[in-house]
Amino acid sequence: MASVATDYTNKVVKTDEIAEFSDEVVEEMRSHLGKYPEGRQRSALIPLLFVIQRERGYLDNPGINFLAKFLDLEVTDVWETATFYSMFNLKKIGKHHIQVCKTLSCRIMGEPEITGHICDKLGIKPGETTEDEKFTVTRVECLGSCGTAPMLQVGFDYYEDLTIEKVDKMLDALD
Amino acid sequence: MEIKAIGCDPLQLKLMHVKDGHTLKVYEEHGGYKSLRKAMNMTSDEIIDEVKKSSLRGRGGAGFPTGMKWSFVPRDSPKPKYIVCNADESEPGTFKDRYLLERDPHALIEGMLIGAFALGVETCYIYFRGEYKYLIDIMDRAIEEAEAANLVGENILGSDFTCNFYTHTGAGAYICGEETALLSSLEGERGHPRMKPPFPAVEGVYACPTVVNNVETLTAVPQIIEMGGEAWQQIGTEKSGGTKLWSVSGHVKKPGVYELPMGYDDMEKFILEDCGGMLRDDKKLKAVIPGGSSVYIMNADQIIGKRVTLDFEGLVEGGSAVGSGGFIVMDETVDVMDSTKNLTEFYKHESCGWCTPCREGTDWMVKIFNRIAAGGGRPEDAQLLLDISDNIEGKSFCPLGDAAAWPIQSAVKRFPEDFKKHLLRDGQ
Repeated sequence: MASVATDYTNKVVKTDEIAEFSDEVVEEMRSHLGKYPEGRQRSALIPLLFVIQRERGYLDNPGINFLAKFLDLEVTDVWETATFYSMFNLKKIGKHHIQVCKTLSCRIMGEPEITGHICDKLGIKPGETTEDEKFTVTRVECLGSCGTAPMLQVGFDYYEDLTIEKVDKMLDALD
Repeated sequence: MEIKAIGCDPLQLKLMHVKDGHTLKVYEEHGGYKSLRKAMNMTSDEIIDEVKKSSLRGRGGAGFPTGMKWSFVPRDSPKPKYIVCNADESEPGTFKDRYLLERDPHALIEGMLIGAFALGVETCYIYFRGEYKYLIDIMDRAIEEAEAANLVGENILGSDFTCNFYTHTGAGAYICGEETALLSSLEGERGHPRMKPPFPAVEGVYACPTVVNNVETLTAVPQIIEMGGEAWQQIGTEKSGGTKLWSVSGHVKKPGVYELPMGYDDMEKFILEDCGGMLRDDKKLKAVIPGGSSVYIMNADQIIGKRVTLDFEGLVEGGSAVGSGGFIVMDETVDVMDSTKNLTEFYKHESCGWCTPCREGTDWMVKIFNRIAAGGGRPEDAQLLLDISDNIEGKSFCPLGDAAAWPIQSAVKRFPEDFKKHLLRDGQ
């Protein structure tokens, strides 16, 4: 069924293209289905959206189309869930996604200085990606690490008890 | 960061500093899965009775009596039943569950198994916040270990009790810590809360009877079965049984996770002595949010010399609430207008958008705070914020609206100077 969907840029784009994945990735996706009762395959949507994001860098139309077919859902059903959760990227981001926690404990323990330093060093503002597509910086809400504030996550990795020196070391080590 | 018990033996924190405490072998060496074996020789009613006697109240924030929640599950339902662990720890200032999941995953499995045995549950889900991916990996390994030892799966320990465990990931949405939103999310939907009733105990995930409990609630269950509900209750107070984990962050020398007996005396001593006192010796205590961001903020006068005890009743009497037990301590350098703005931004970002008062109200309040922060504060703004928060509180579909209103209501009333200085037109 040919259909259209609105992507993050609010451009109407054709969505016929369906992404292809290796047998291993499809097998990994299948393994999630077994966690849920018969007929409840939609439950696997969030874990599978993470797989699509890992494989394609962000949630693009072909990836979403694949998932709709894989789970026997409408394309809009998949987008409906995908657009709710803040960990899903609806546009291309840098290789390293630096997510600085901005909520209260981190804020009073020095988040503004940390974010400012990272952004100065990379020459971008929060929400932007460096030209070489290596880094994206985002200010995010509480990451559950308040006792070791200020902190940030790069991808899924935690960096805690941050100082300017630690941040510099971290940035140097990320290639 | 400190992780330790004060004023009681470590129960929740027993394995926190034990090498390889996350493995089945070490967990069993320290008495692990003995409570499960004991429970499997008890009847459902006996298990639920022990939990009721313990006065265990939910550790996620709402504080609902756990034994009562379990007893709402219909015994004769022909539908499958579920236990879902809420490991979506997202309340600002709260990080206790993270350490339980990282260093003692088998305690959670054992607690859930005991509940499952009592309630006739054959499937358990553990719903993690998406950012806790490394903890999902740890839990998956723990489940595999338990399966290999016949503690999870078919015919557990040779009995006819069967129970399977699965981890499930969220993807960044505070609202999914609300139990019905969590169930929507578990079904692959947007994390919108659902109308209650029907309560999850009757119609939860897949419209089947479901118990949703916080991590710390479930890890208390093996302790309760081991020592008996009454003995566990007596560690704490009559209405708040047992011990409680407190996450402490902000301007103290020793932030961390502390296990205290319920009724611990008192809040001032806890902050100024046990947590090492103020981070900078020359800065005085100004404000504390004791229960994660969704409770009333307290000023120093409500704490110093007031003997506020740390339990459900004591903190309400003191002017706030236990919530999730997340202490955010602020010294005199903090501008409470700014900290309240920060939390209002949080609630605006995390409002699911389902109901108008919360969606629009939090957005309006952030706009007002932005104007104030940009130097455009007006004398009437404090009242305007109170009016809007009053139109959210009690008028929203789920408790997120109340949670957004309370920090503002208490901050405006308890720190009037911090608002007044921003609200003078043209610097008058």
